[in-house]
Amino acid sequence: MIDIVNAITLLANYIIVPSLAYGSQLALGALGITMVYAVLRFSNFAHGEIMSFGTMISIFMIWLIQSLGISIQPLPTALLALPFSIIATIILLLGLDKVVFRYYQNQRVQPVTFMIVSVGVMFFLAGLIRFFIGTSKKNFDDGERFIIKASEFKQITGLAEGLSIRTTQAITVIVTLLLVTYIFWFLNKTKTGKSMRAFSDNEDLALLSGIKPNQVIVITWVLVGILASVAGTLYGLDKGYKPFVYLQLVLPIFAAAIVGGVGNPLGAVLGGYIIAFSEAFITFAYKRFLTYLVPEEWAPQGLVQMLSTEYKFAVSFVLLVIVLLIKPTGLFRGRTL
Amino acid sequence: MNTTFKNSKRQLALIFLLMFGALLIVGFFQSWNLMLAILNLCLISAIMSLGVNLQWGYAGLFNAGIMGFAALGGLAAMLVAKAPVIGAWQAGGFSILLGIFIWLISGFIAFFLWKRLKGRGKRQFWYVLLIVGLGYIISRFVLDPAILRIEAFEPSSSGYLGGAGLPILLSWAIGGLLAASVAFVIGKITLGLRSDYLAIATLGISEIVIFIFKNEDWLTRGVKNVTGIPRPVPYEIDLQSAIWFQNSSELLGVGVIQASGLFVKLCYTSLFLVVLLFLLWLCERALNSPWGRMMRAIRDNEIAASAMGKNVTSRHLQIFVIGSAIVGIAGAMLVTLDGQFNPTIYHPLRFTFLIWVMVIVGGSGNNLGAILGGFVVWFFWIEAEIIGNGLVYILTFPLSESSSLKAHFISTAPQLRLLIMGLVLLLFLRFAPRGLIPEKTSNKL
Repeated sequence: MIDIVNAITLLANYIIVPSLAYGSQLALGALGITMVYAVLRFSNFAHGEIMSFGTMISIFMIWLIQSLGISIQPLPTALLALPFSIIATIILLLGLDKVVFRYYQNQRVQPVTFMIVSVGVMFFLAGLIRFFIGTSKKNFDDGERFIIKASEFKQITGLAEGLSIRTTQAITVIVTLLLVTYIFWFLNKTKTGKSMRAFSDNEDLALLSGIKPNQVIVITWVLVGILASVAGTLYGLDKGYKPFVYLQLVLPIFAAAIVGGVGNPLGAVLGGYIIAFSEAFITFAYKRFLTYLVPEEWAPQGLVQMLSTEYKFAVSFVLLVIVLLIKPTGLFRGRTL
Repeated sequence: MNTTFKNSKRQLALIFLLMFGALLIVGFFQSWNLMLAILNLCLISAIMSLGVNLQWGYAGLFNAGIMGFAALGGLAAMLVAKAPVIGAWQAGGFSILLGIFIWLISGFIAFFLWKRLKGRGKRQFWYVLLIVGLGYIISRFVLDPAILRIEAFEPSSSGYLGGAGLPILLSWAIGGLLAASVAFVIGKITLGLRSDYLAIATLGISEIVIFIFKNEDWLTRGVKNVTGIPRPVPYEIDLQSAIWFQNSSELLGVGVIQASGLFVKLCYTSLFLVVLLFLLWLCERALNSPWGRMMRAIRDNEIAASAMGKNVTSRHLQIFVIGSAIVGIAGAMLVTLDGQFNPTIYHPLRFTFLIWVMVIVGGSGNNLGAILGGFVVWFFWIEAEIIGNGLVYILTFPLSESSSLKAHFISTAPQLRLLIMGLVLLLFLRFAPRGLIPEKTSNKL
């Protein structure tokens, strides 16, 4: 019996807790991509860099706040910096909308042209971010590091396996929960949210019924700004900030959005968790887990690992391909904001 | 009509002359070695953008994984040219072949099942997945110990299987084939679905190709690099000791060492030029044929073209594969030029999105435009460092000499080239979406 509890704790420590945090970050990212897709109808390649931009502003604000001597121990200062980063990201996105995207919106260009425009924006932002903050890795997770340490957990429960929960992981999950609930409430209950959904469903019909497209687009960018800066900051808080990682993060985020069904917010959130959990389950080495569960003489020799950890990104790609092959619209039908 | 055509020809010549003038300025004021180095990479970039131009300019396909296809070409160059490591083959070569054989068998069974079970809904898919999964697991039992043995064989100097020891020029074709076969699989899955899926799938496969190259040490030595890949041109050392070369460099009045460097670079330049001109000729021929007109018809109006009985999806697949093959050739040429295969140099901003800037700036839908774009953008990518440093110098002028902020910005100034390229791309898309040399639309009117 105790072996089973140990095995479950092992899974919780190495798969469930980290994947919940990583899945939350992906879910927020995918939600942002999906909203751009649903309202503006293009795949936004710049999303990773927008997240990176938000994180950069957070880091600058954290440095400023720290130098002023303000802190909210045991919570990380990042929570104080977040509102500023959200505002800066929203300003950036509204500026980009006005200077870059709106022109093509009015021209009603094909989605693929929009994608190239977003590549241009990505390039520009990548240069801007690297110019201001450099390319080296930056950690900004001050405050209490652990809610519960593995050793403490072992002491309390008397189990052989420990379970550690880092503060950043808990914060990630809580913030995600709050933000996603807010977004869903906004989309389903408020008048503006309903007009966004109407616009996404059928643009012409929405225009006929008096919905102002400009307002819908502005609101969308505001929401995307909130989502992107929060997602980026939480990811950086959890794993450390490195500009080029955000470029690679675009792939699992896109995979999450497509697996869930592009344009469907619920799908995007679930897609994020699906990607995160499958990455963890497939790259986990099950040796110790099996040793707990099977009789001693059956205990495996090797690591019992399906894929080595370096190929985490490949998992999201394979899932993407599988979904494209059997259900191209995603698990939840896409394009219904 | 006739006069505008003449004008555009004169304009074209002028733009190309300006480009070569810029290169000559580099030659005179910086160094001829640098000028040839830039020129060689310009040629390779031009070939890559020629391939992407086929996909984007003539078919409207967005390939976000150029980096992956270039890396596949590079792998081919390494595998073809390096001598095999006999010890490693003895240690685990047979098991590797057996593992690949198991993959092939399970692939065949899966393919057969897919055909047999057609029309039985989801069952078809699950059986195929089961077979592929089983094949993978069985192959791991064979492959894992073999990989360990291979990587343990003289890890500091080899630790991988090596290549085939064939002439490297052969690899240019093989690199193209390798890239084409990967493009075929990706295209088969994503073409025919929504247009962004191709972009995302190619983005994904390119990242994964690089991850594989970085981690599968038995194949590529991973991040330890493979250096000393044999060259198709003479080595500087041999030239310097050759009597005829000493005499001729004396005749030209250039130092032997400098002359040998220039000579080797010129050899590369002429090889690359031959490939570029040959590919350009092929592309021009293809695109002025009925096939090319069909491609443009499909691009301009898919629905009309498919109503005329053209199979849009399979035409798209065709041109996607051809374009990727050209990128693969360029990738193999790049590794040939470098003489080493290093998976860490492949970075999406440099290898995927910069090529996009080349195509857009040069003029999508025009082969000469794509080539010019390759030249101009690569030239500015190199020289943007000077522009970036100058900008930083002006911007930080009010700051004091010892300011740490100033030091920081000077250290990150090279990153400004990304910003400049993004700006160039956005400005061209907005104000000159047809590029420097617009597509010829002579059959209108």
